[in-house]
Amino acid sequence: MTAFLKSREAILLGAIAVLLALIASRFPAFVEPSNLARVFTDTSPLIILALGQTVVILTRCIDLSVAANLALTGMVCAMLNAAMPGVPVAAILLLAVAMGAVMGAINGVMVWKLSIPPIVVTLGTMTIYRGLIFVISDGAWVNAHEMSPAFTGFPRFDILGLPMLAWIAILVAALFFVMIARTPLGRAFYAVGGNPGAAVYTGIDVGRTQFMAFVISGALAGLTGYLWVARYSVAYVDIAGGFELEVVAACVIGGISIAGGAGTILGTILGALFLGIVKNALPVVNISPFWQMAISGTAIIVAVAFNARSSRSKGRIILKSAEGHA
Amino acid sequence: MQVSLDPSHARPAPADAAPVLHLDGITKTFPGVKALSEVSLSLYPGQVTALVGENGAGKSTIVKTLTGILQPNAGTILLDGAPVTFPTAQHATDAGITAIHQETVLFDELTVAENIFIGHQPRTRFGLIDWAAMRTRAREILDRIDADLDPDMPLHELGIASKHLVAIARALSVDARVVIMDEPTAALSHKEIEELYELVERLKAEGRAILFISHKFDEIFRIADRYTVFRDGQHVGEGLIAEIDEGELVRLMVGRSVDQIFPPCEHLVGDEVLSVSGYSHPTEFQDVSFNLRKGEILGFYGLVGAGRSEVMQALFGVTKPSRGEIRIDGTAREIRSPSDAVDAGIVYVPEERGRQGAVIGLPIFQNVTLPSLAQTSRKGFLRLSEEFALTREYTERLDLRAASLDQDVGNLSGGNQQKVVIAKWLATKPRVIILDEPTKGIDIGSKAAVHAFMAELAAQGLAVIMVSSEIPEVLGMSDRVIVMREGLIAAELAGDDLTPETLVRHAAGIGA
Repeated sequence: MTAFLKSREAILLGAIAVLLALIASRFPAFVEPSNLARVFTDTSPLIILALGQTVVILTRCIDLSVAANLALTGMVCAMLNAAMPGVPVAAILLLAVAMGAVMGAINGVMVWKLSIPPIVVTLGTMTIYRGLIFVISDGAWVNAHEMSPAFTGFPRFDILGLPMLAWIAILVAALFFVMIARTPLGRAFYAVGGNPGAAVYTGIDVGRTQFMAFVISGALAGLTGYLWVARYSVAYVDIAGGFELEVVAACVIGGISIAGGAGTILGTILGALFLGIVKNALPVVNISPFWQMAISGTAIIVAVAFNARSSRSKGRIILKSAEGHA
Repeated sequence: MQVSLDPSHARPAPADAAPVLHLDGITKTFPGVKALSEVSLSLYPGQVTALVGENGAGKSTIVKTLTGILQPNAGTILLDGAPVTFPTAQHATDAGITAIHQETVLFDELTVAENIFIGHQPRTRFGLIDWAAMRTRAREILDRIDADLDPDMPLHELGIASKHLVAIARALSVDARVVIMDEPTAALSHKEIEELYELVERLKAEGRAILFISHKFDEIFRIADRYTVFRDGQHVGEGLIAEIDEGELVRLMVGRSVDQIFPPCEHLVGDEVLSVSGYSHPTEFQDVSFNLRKGEILGFYGLVGAGRSEVMQALFGVTKPSRGEIRIDGTAREIRSPSDAVDAGIVYVPEERGRQGAVIGLPIFQNVTLPSLAQTSRKGFLRLSEEFALTREYTERLDLRAASLDQDVGNLSGGNQQKVVIAKWLATKPRVIILDEPTKGIDIGSKAAVHAFMAELAAQGLAVIMVSSEIPEVLGMSDRVIVMREGLIAAELAGDDLTPETLVRHAAGIGA
């Protein structure tokens, strides 16, 4: 229990509580359940993408192409719906996940088989995927009136007071908890990031594990692509522009080490929620949204400084008497 | 040897010259280990002093002391008879001491000239680097050592021998009076070695004092004038090379009282488990053949770089051999990856615990079960209770001391980390276990536990391969020993043939 209180997750939880208390002191409406549910729903795409990014970063990689993947998948889904309104939502969901997974797999193969640094690969595919949206859409928008009610209604479909979008984020988070805690793949992500050399000797294929992380991240980006376009009832070239940095920021604030192999799912979720609350609260307290970037940036630097400090103090224990108490 | 000497540099020193550098009573302790115990060492101008000793005798520690990387706990360093201290590497460089290391410590992305002058670049009057002067002076120095290298060439385009030349040029650029060469020929070809010897003669002729560290007896007797022998961190002898023979030098190196107690090895050796024949690798080893039986401990001895670990890595599927066959229980098996090896019942506890052993950041139990997840999971889901049970079983057998199995392995001592790695492999229930330097860098108490456990493993019918560079350990633990030299099997020894002298002779390639 004391270990938990000292953990990154507890500190983030405390920071979120303080943040909410500060806002509530002036704008009590912000912390009403209905508004908190709205904030959570609004943060759901960030949570889903940050979870996918988490496994990528755990394996010492990074996926900068998630926002472009999201936008391309979203455009394809919207154009399909506009052209063939009869295609059921289930089929579109399947298409979105599959398309995203293929784009993630392209990243993964280049990292695995060609040994290109992940930052270079995903910087490249980020631009390519974004460019493809222009190619297929000719730069035109797909607007609300071209979309079918079933298409735009799905993410807003209400179950027990929460929209489908929020439930999907909760479902993805639950799947991640199980995957990380209870599957060999989840364990492999940590082993590969923590000590790639040892992982090889243990019979774990490092490249294949990184490939799997990219596929997961891509599939979730694709899924979010449809949800995003449907929720805002619009698709165009620049949607979610720069969102990949917010996704990486959520992971880093949540305590996922950029060096790989360290961090938790709960941390990522809290990191995403922290950013989501800041983003939603600023207009309420009448601070320019431009401050949001400065606040996110400060949070990232504080979080990384915190990571560096905590990993520095974790040196080798030389004193025999200190062993076992660590 | 034909060396054209520039007469202005030739200052052959008389045999009774005063030492340029003299170390006396140097003691260096690390937590739990006395690396050096009141050792002395003298280096004379124009002479090559060979520093001889087994692995762990304290040779690297004395080099680090001389170059200002480590500070001794006690003792004096006299330079030209005056006491000096080297609180930093820069102080040692300023005093004219320079080292050429086994693996050169140079900068791959910089040019030859930049490497030679890094830290003391010629400057223009505005304080900027004077590239023209740097190139000209680099050219001069390279010419002096007959090195046909372009000063503007990036270092990474050079081979290891040329990099040594750059390191030597660097030594000359600071006008070093003492040049330390730490196994400089370890990675060189025959021709390159000859060129290096010529260079050493040239440095001698220029009156520089040279400390030459080598395991190769032929080269010690060829180029050294004096010898100093360290054993277990102590100075055990010194003198003129002309007054000693190989046998006496070997005796000084290994002649120790065996102060470690090894468990009795009464192994009931059973059927053949592993047979390796004609195993070859394009660059690392050739024609390695041996067999291993149930309940046997087979030692692999050799100098560092003899190819022992490389053979083991190939057996474990980390690298791919070009030729050869592995049979387990008489059936030919193909091993293409570590998971194939684990399936075939071979496991490997690597030498580099840090890089290849434990995953720091994961708790103990997750480290132990990493290769056994297929057994501890059902329908693709991990079962933590099974994992804890498996971990508890094997860590208890190894007497692992930890507060909880949930604890991060990074918080354990080296010895306990080693136990976690061994437990990890035992949990896969192997037929053959390969232990690469199993006790390197761990304290005496943990060593004894590992030795006892190794004997127990053999007694339970496991076939054990132990790669070790520590002679007492090889002699104390092995039923049979294979000595490797330069990628080949030099000898297979057992029974009365197993003595410290025979091991060293075969490993160093001294005719019996």
